[in-house]
Formats: sequence, C-alpha cells, structure tokens
Amino acid sequence: MKKYIAKRAATMFGVLLITLLITIMLVGSNMDTILKQGVVFQVRSEITENPEIVQSFSSVQEFEGYIQDRTDERIKTLGLDEPWYSPQRVGLTMYKIILLDFGQATFLTSDVGSSDVKDIIFEKLPRTILLFTTATILISIIGIFVGALSASKIGSTVDRITSSFAIISSSFPVWWIGMLMIFLFAFTYQIFPARATPDILPSDPGYIGSLLYHMTLPLITIVMIGFGSWAYLVRNFMVGIMQEDFITAKKAIGIKQRKITYTHALKNAAPPIVTILALSLSGSLGGAIITEAVFDWPGMGRLYFEAITVMDLPVIIGATYILTVFFLVSIFIADLLYGYFDPRIRTNTE
Amino acid sequence: MSSISSQDIKKEFFKSKMGIAGIIILTILIATSLLTITTIPVETFQEWNNPGSWMEYPKAATPVWVNLFLIEKIPEHKILTDPKVDDFSNNEINLSSYQFNVNFEYDQFPNDFIYSYSAKYSDSPLLEMSVLRPDGMKLKLISSALPYSSTDTIHEDKIFSTDAMLKKELVLQNDKFDFNIEKLSAEEIVFSKDDTNEPLKGNYVFLIEVIEIDNKSKIVESNLIIGGKAFGIMGTDELRRDLAIGLLWGTPLALFIGLVVSIASVIMGLIYGVYSGFKGKKTDEALMRFNDVIYALPALPFLIILSVTISNSIFVMIGFLMIFGWVGIAKVSRSMSLQIKTRGYVEAASMMGQKDSKMIFKHILPQLLPYAFASVAISVPAAITTEAGLSFLGLGDPSFPTWGQILHDANTFGAAARGLWWWIVPPGVMIAITGLAFVFIGNALDSIINPKLKR
Repeated sequence: MKKYIAKRAATMFGVLLITLLITIMLVGSNMDTILKQGVVFQVRSEITENPEIVQSFSSVQEFEGYIQDRTDERIKTLGLDEPWYSPQRVGLTMYKIILLDFGQATFLTSDVGSSDVKDIIFEKLPRTILLFTTATILISIIGIFVGALSASKIGSTVDRITSSFAIISSSFPVWWIGMLMIFLFAFTYQIFPARATPDILPSDPGYIGSLLYHMTLPLITIVMIGFGSWAYLVRNFMVGIMQEDFITAKKAIGIKQRKITYTHALKNAAPPIVTILALSLSGSLGGAIITEAVFDWPGMGRLYFEAITVMDLPVIIGATYILTVFFLVSIFIADLLYGYFDPRIRTNTE
Repeated sequence: MSSISSQDIKKEFFKSKMGIAGIIILTILIATSLLTITTIPVETFQEWNNPGSWMEYPKAATPVWVNLFLIEKIPEHKILTDPKVDDFSNNEINLSSYQFNVNFEYDQFPNDFIYSYSAKYSDSPLLEMSVLRPDGMKLKLISSALPYSSTDTIHEDKIFSTDAMLKKELVLQNDKFDFNIEKLSAEEIVFSKDDTNEPLKGNYVFLIEVIEIDNKSKIVESNLIIGGKAFGIMGTDELRRDLAIGLLWGTPLALFIGLVVSIASVIMGLIYGVYSGFKGKKTDEALMRFNDVIYALPALPFLIILSVTISNSIFVMIGFLMIFGWVGIAKVSRSMSLQIKTRGYVEAASMMGQKDSKMIFKHILPQLLPYAFASVAISVPAAITTEAGLSFLGLGDPSFPTWGQILHDANTFGAAARGLWWWIVPPGVMIAITGLAFVFIGNALDSIINPKLKR
C-alpha cells in the first residue's frame, strides 16, 4: 500500500511540474516582454519624480541614453538579460511558483486593493469552493437517492423519467441553461439578481447573507443539470450489484426489497461512487470558468476569465497552478480511495 | 466484451427506440448541413462578421412567426427590390416611374423607410417621390434635382425617412390630417390614419418618378426598405445579422468539429491503448505513465491558454481538443486488449510468429470496434460543448459562425437582460439536439455491448 501511495504521489508531483513547465513555455515570451516593459516604466517614473536629475541633462539624447543605461543595469540585476527559456530562469520561476510566490498582478487587484497574485487568488478561491462544493454535495445526495430509487424499480416510470432526464440534461451546456435561468428568473420574473456578485462590501455584516442570496440561482442551475447524470451513474452501478448472487440470496431469505436496496446494495456500490465524488469535486472547479463567467460569480473561474481577457500573465500562471493542484489532489484522493476499496488495484502488478 | 457479430449489433440497434431516435435526428442534421452547404451562398458565411454586408437588415428583430401568436401585429421588415417600371414620353419631357407595392397589415408603425437607388443619367433630372395610401390620399415625400453632370454618369444615393427635406415636405401637407403632425416622424405620418395618429392598414404604393427634358435617364437599380421589428424565421441580432443563416451554418460546423475530434481521439486512444496492453511490461508502464500525465492536466484552463497564446483557428482548436480526448479511451482499450491477448487464437497467432502490427490490426482491433463506435458517439457531445464553451468565452475562431459564437455575441450585447430570447434559445437548443442525437446512438450501442445495463 505504501509503495502504491508513493508511486501515485510521485506521478502527481511530476504532472504538477510538467503542467507548470508547459504553462511557462506557453506564456513565457509574452511574460518576458511585459516584465521588461515594467522595468523601463519603473526607471522612467523614478527619474521624472526626481526633478534634479532631469534638469542635469543638456540634451534629449543624453537623457535617453541615461535611461537606457539604468534600464539595462536593472534588467541585468534581475536576470532578465538571459532569454526567458534559459534553464536558470525557468527553474527560478518554477521554484517561486511552487512556494506560492506568483508575483504582482499586472492589471487585476483583489477587492481590498492588493495586487499580489497570492492575495487575489486566496480571496476568490473560498467563494468558488463554497458554490461548487455545495453544488456537488447536493448533486450527489439527490443523485444517490434518485439513482437508488430507480435501480430498485427498474423499468418503472421513475426509472424511465430519471434515465431520460439524465440523458437529456447531460447534453445541455450548463452555461446556456444559466443564460436561460438569468433570462427567466432575473429579468422576466425578477426573483433573483442577474449578477451573482454581492453589491455590498465584504466588511458589511450582511455580506454572508447577500452572498448566499446571490448564490441561489447559480446553485439551482448547477444542481439541476448535474444530478441527472449522477442518478443515472448510481443506478447503473446498483443494477450491476443487484444482479449479484448475494443479493438474490438475501431476496430468497425474505429481506425486504427496500432494505436490500438502501443498505446492502448501496454499500457495495459505495467505492465507485465515492471515487467519482472525489473526481467530480475537482472537475467542477475546472468547469467553473464558464459558469462563473455567465453568472458573474466572483470566484476563481471569473478571475481566470478576466485574467485571460486582459492577458494578466502572473494571474493566469497562478490560477492555473492552483487549479492544477486541486485537480491533482482530488485525483490522488480518488486513486487512494479506489485502491482502498478495491484491493485488486494496488496488488495488481501487470 | 463477448464477441458479438456486427449483424447482431445492427439488428439489436434497430430494435432500440433510442437508437432509432438518434439516427433520425442525426439524419435531419446531416440533411440540414448538406442543404446549407449547397443552397446558401458561401459569401453569407464569409461575411458573417462584416457589419457592412448586413446593413439592409433590421436590428434585433423578432422572428416573423411570432406575429401568429400576437393580437397586435408587429411590422415585418420588408426589402422590396423589383419595382414596376413605366415610361412615358410627351414631346420633350421624358418621365419614368417606379412603383413599389407595400402591403401593410400591422398594428404598429414601421421603424423607418429607406429608398436607395443608383441612377444613370446626364444633365440634371428631377427625382420625385410620393406615396399613394389605401385611403386614396397622395402624399408628396420629396422632390429634388440630381446633381448636374455634363456626361453620362451613375449616381448612387439613399433617401432616408429621417431626411429633413422629406419632413418639411410632409409638414406642408398638414391640412390633410385632422391633427398636428409637426412633432411626428415621417413614418408615423405616412402610415397614419388621417383622423387619429394610428397605423392605417392596407396597400400603399410608393411612387418614384424621374423627370427630364430631352435626355433619357433611368434608375438602374433600386430598392425600398420598410424598417420593421420582425424579420426572417429566426430573427436578427444586434448587428443586424440574420440568425437563421448563422444557425444553419453552425450545423455543418458543429458536426464537423464533433465528428473529427471524436473519431480522431478514438483512433488515437484505441491504437495507443491496444499497443500498450499488447506489448506489456516496460512499454506498457511507460505509455501508461504518459497517459496519466495527460489525464491529470486540467483540460479547460489549458485549452484556454493554448487558444490565447498559440492560435484560435478552428483547425488548431480541433487538434487541441484531440489532445485531451484520447486518454480515457486509451485506458479502457488497454484493459480490453489485456483480456483479448490471453485468448487462444491470439496466442496461437503469436506462436506462429506473426508480426506485432498484424496481430494488433487483424486480431485485437476488430474485437474492439463495437466499443470504438460507442465511444465515438458518446464523445461527440463533449467535443461540441467544449468548443461552444470556448467560443462562448470569446476564444473561438471569429471567422466561423458557430453556435457558441452566436451565444457569445448574445451575452456581450446583454440579450438576456433585453429579453431577446430568439437570440439565446435557438443556438443552445441546436447544441443540445446535436448532442442528444449522439448520446442516443451511443447509449443504444452501449447497452448492446454491455448487456448488464439493459435489464
């Protein structure tokens, strides 16, 4: 078991590094240009703030030359004179990022006004987790019950409705349903706000209440689209288990159908269900980008989208890193759970 | 994974209602695509993002069929191109007249009217425009001389209902109405009853006359636009684009994206997985670790970064989607090939010294074909929705009017807030229907291959 965990952990860490490397590769050259521009801007503003230095020049060329020298000097001390793909620089950037030092954002700021990428991300992250974890938990609870119900009465009306709802809802994009929900419940019938960003400051005591009220519409949408496929999945696992010999034996003894469904069968279907729960928790974070953009929910997804629109590279890198970490951690947990429930996996050496 | 012959699968498939429903929807979609490609000129597709080519269309107009459900009919947008031409000649004076018949049966005034023409003449002819109303009243709209030219020229111009000269001419005829028309706009006067300011229904004739001495001049091309609030089967968007055309072109594009991505990823995944399972040992280990790496990459963030930094061309995008599509299939087909490998005939073939490639392509892959078809069908919707999602974020290929693109525009122009439902609902429904067709087919195939789920 230990060896299995170690192997999985090593793979995950490797993946994390590769993801980082690919991200840096993709945005590196742009990042370099932006950093250098930042240095030039810094040098210029320092000099213009200091009128004595400005007056000491006799010609424009001299002035420009001075700035050029200072800029080059600073670029050299920062190590920016080497190309962005040089091993030292890539290594240094990766090292910093692993330690959560993402640097300063170019355009975006947090609600408080900090432009430190770490502050921005850790301000948005809890909101995304709040919305999507709540949604996933609700989805799984409803899904398990509806799934178990339809598995115990295969071919019944409930089963048919569940199955067809699952199939139909899975082919609708969540964000499109979101647009419709906004259209219906925010504009046609004005029940919920259209923008999910609370309109009062986080310091206000009513903030949590406002946040929850603004959360209702996205939450309903996500749950509505999500639970069908969960129910279908649970149903299919259960149907497989209901055909096993031990269930038939229990039926023969005379145990009630309901008890068999909710205790014996559900217990045996637990391993795959728990595994999928772990996976879908992280999966929902990835899907958050579009959903949050539609509902204007002030979380990681919208941050990511905003960062992409204005090309705020430090934020992009930071957010990608955090999303990847979450994704990997949940895959890792899912793997462990799967190995724990199904001993064949970890002893399997083929 | 029992061996079912393809005949059995076909027979079973056509027994399932779901499978047939899927096939029917898919056939309709394919027919629509073919019809679109063959009948709608390609220019409309290329000009989708060129605002200049949609100038004649109304802004954010509802679909025409909405009128069927309304008591108060919304005016339809009309583009009239074929005037009735008459020529008179009286000694030196030449007169040619152009008549447009407008059947106006609506309960609201039109938005405006625009007459655009190109006239071929020399000297300086007189152009007069008037309207003959259903109640017999004749209103003079405008009378102006075309700019002087000593040689033959072609002059292009437009007369707008907002024209100040036109308004002045109308106000001069105030005594024909029982109320003061000075504060009203031209279309509210022209289409109004004479006793109250309400739309007058019936047949209007817009008459344009070109009068000239000696020379003959004529209007080569002309059209009259009565600006309305309803247009076409699907309405128009804020940029005056006919949504029906966008939706129609979206169909072949969505099918193309979905099918290419899923077929290519299934083939890649199948070969990768089977090879890995068949080879076993270190090759398998290495290939599966690589598979793990791709599997653990967060797909959507990566797709976004890739489309922003590398290219958002639709073909490159298809490639990116494939990178993330093959992984799951590779895993499943690997474990399937591990089972098949141990079967007697495969072992016999390997003992006889057959080549690896021959064994994979001849003995193992055919066994996986039913699974492959089901996976193709099941992974199409995901490809379509992912592309639509990226387009929705504004990262799609702007030169192709995909459904996601239309929804992106709808979102940018606040269609939900303004109640422009015809801009939001149809593209999403199309995405869902296309997805549904493939899900139906996939599920029908799946329940044949895994008989356990069928009970």
